[in-house]
Amino acid sequence: MLNVKKFVSIISIMIISGLVLTACGSNTSKSKITAVGSTALQPLVEETANEYQQNNDNISITVQGGGSGTGLSQLQSKAVTIGNSDVFAENQNGIDAKKMIDHKVAVIGMAPVVNKAVGVKNLSMKQLSDIFTGKVTNWKQVGGKDQQIKVINRVKGSGTRKTFEADVLKGKSAIKSQEQDSNGTVKKIVSSTPGAISYLAFSFMDDNTLQPISIDNVKPNDKNVEDNSWKIWSYEHMYTNKNIDKSTKAFIDYINSKEVQNNLVKKLGYISIHNMKVTKDANNQIVK
Amino acid sequence: MEIKKKLLRSSKETRQDKLGKSISYLSIGFIILLVSLILYFIISKGLSTFTQNNVNIWDFLTKQDWSPSSIGKDGKPEVGALPMIITSFGVTILSAILATPFAIAIGIYMSVIAPKKGRKFLQIIIEMLVGIPSVVYGFLGLTIIVPMNRHLFGGTGFGILSATLVLFVMVLPTITSLTVDSLNAVPKYLSDASLALGATRWQTIYKVILRAATPGILTAIIFGMARAFGEALAVQMVIGNATLMPKNLITPASTLTSQLTTGIGNTVMGTLGNNALWSLALVLLLMSLVFNIIVKMIGKRGSIK
Repeated sequence: MLNVKKFVSIISIMIISGLVLTACGSNTSKSKITAVGSTALQPLVEETANEYQQNNDNISITVQGGGSGTGLSQLQSKAVTIGNSDVFAENQNGIDAKKMIDHKVAVIGMAPVVNKAVGVKNLSMKQLSDIFTGKVTNWKQVGGKDQQIKVINRVKGSGTRKTFEADVLKGKSAIKSQEQDSNGTVKKIVSSTPGAISYLAFSFMDDNTLQPISIDNVKPNDKNVEDNSWKIWSYEHMYTNKNIDKSTKAFIDYINSKEVQNNLVKKLGYISIHNMKVTKDANNQIVK
Repeated sequence: MEIKKKLLRSSKETRQDKLGKSISYLSIGFIILLVSLILYFIISKGLSTFTQNNVNIWDFLTKQDWSPSSIGKDGKPEVGALPMIITSFGVTILSAILATPFAIAIGIYMSVIAPKKGRKFLQIIIEMLVGIPSVVYGFLGLTIIVPMNRHLFGGTGFGILSATLVLFVMVLPTITSLTVDSLNAVPKYLSDASLALGATRWQTIYKVILRAATPGILTAIIFGMARAFGEALAVQMVIGNATLMPKNLITPASTLTSQLTTGIGNTVMGTLGNNALWSLALVLLLMSLVFNIIVKMIGKRGSIK
């Protein structure tokens, strides 16, 4: 039989050995950067990190997904160096944005997409909002075929959905409907489901499998985002703590450099932060 | 003196014995510590929805509106988990009902009808089914079952039916292999006696072997249900994730697990949105406990004497 004393001693041994082991793990001369969060920003940070590490041997950068909420809360608890986020920290419940520095590294445009067969290419902002709030339920009400509208929404709280709701629904709440958590799945569903509508980042609309929707006859493209004639866009943020160290600063500066912004950023389907003619603040107000 | 010393000193074997003992105690201690930490974490996090955020536990279990991260119409966040709880049970029970007849049929074939040939071949198939990762099942469901249901029944194809069909394939091996074990455990003299009395093979299978193996088969079904109840990824890919009360089998719905996997990355530790997800996890934990207790009860009451 295992008596209580033995049991206690076993557990204390476990804890002590655990502590010793973790202590051994750290301490290399390389300075480490860990960037966690938004999956929309992940490809850009990953690619840039690869490039950056090739030229800087003494830095090791780890990039992980997990979602904007995870990124910001990990940063808040100081578990990571950089928290990647699609949303302003001010708009994330439970995050104290005053303790963080916001580094905007790119802009991402989003557009409504529909199944090709619905026969609609343009909607007014009002119509779009009516569709997502459930007031309009058939495509013929907005000039398409007689076909039921199937709304595919994004997961509650995700950066994409927050942006879309802020720019399109303006405070109204969307009808309860299907929710999907990745651009890839949404694309697959919309392209194969009759009557489906959803929204996607520009970089996922490159082929002809679905129909991007113009709003009030403005086409969803980079140029229209840059002067805000296309309204649905958001920043990609890399948040750090106030006392940012040198190597992290250097890495973020590298992402914001002309070299990266004009090449990698564009190649991966984001919009360069240098090209923006307007700015948006955390309350979704546009400043020229 | 020399001899006394030698005799009193512990031998190499004794030391090995002690070392082995302490290693196994150490491992046991570690596992116990781990389990109790996990339990503590889930329970404390799951309860904080009710203790810190003052959500009524009854509302949580019976209300139908789920949006814990934003404020609802009455000025309070909506934390009603009933649609998810119902859907989780729905897909679990349906997939078990669907899989059980197949599992019993395969089990009978493997243990009674063709023990040698059938066993080897089917064993390989079942082990293969177990080894396939759940994301692959989900992907197959998304590319085959969802479009199939869309063509057959209209709508988007996402929903409880698709989830049930995917889970059917996933729980089948679990139920089958446990059923085979329990059929094999039926003493041979029972079936011999039945055959000697002039019963046909089918009569023997139906009236004697299945009867004697019933507790084992029930245990197998419960294990299958526990697997279905806890499956997250594959279900999340085909069920549509709409936190709506399920009205039929072909409209999108959401299970406890699918809500957890989609929501956890977008919430921040300590907020209600996050705590509410932990409460869902707590419900899952309690349910798996219930499944375990049922298995224990069946095992105690139904063993063959």
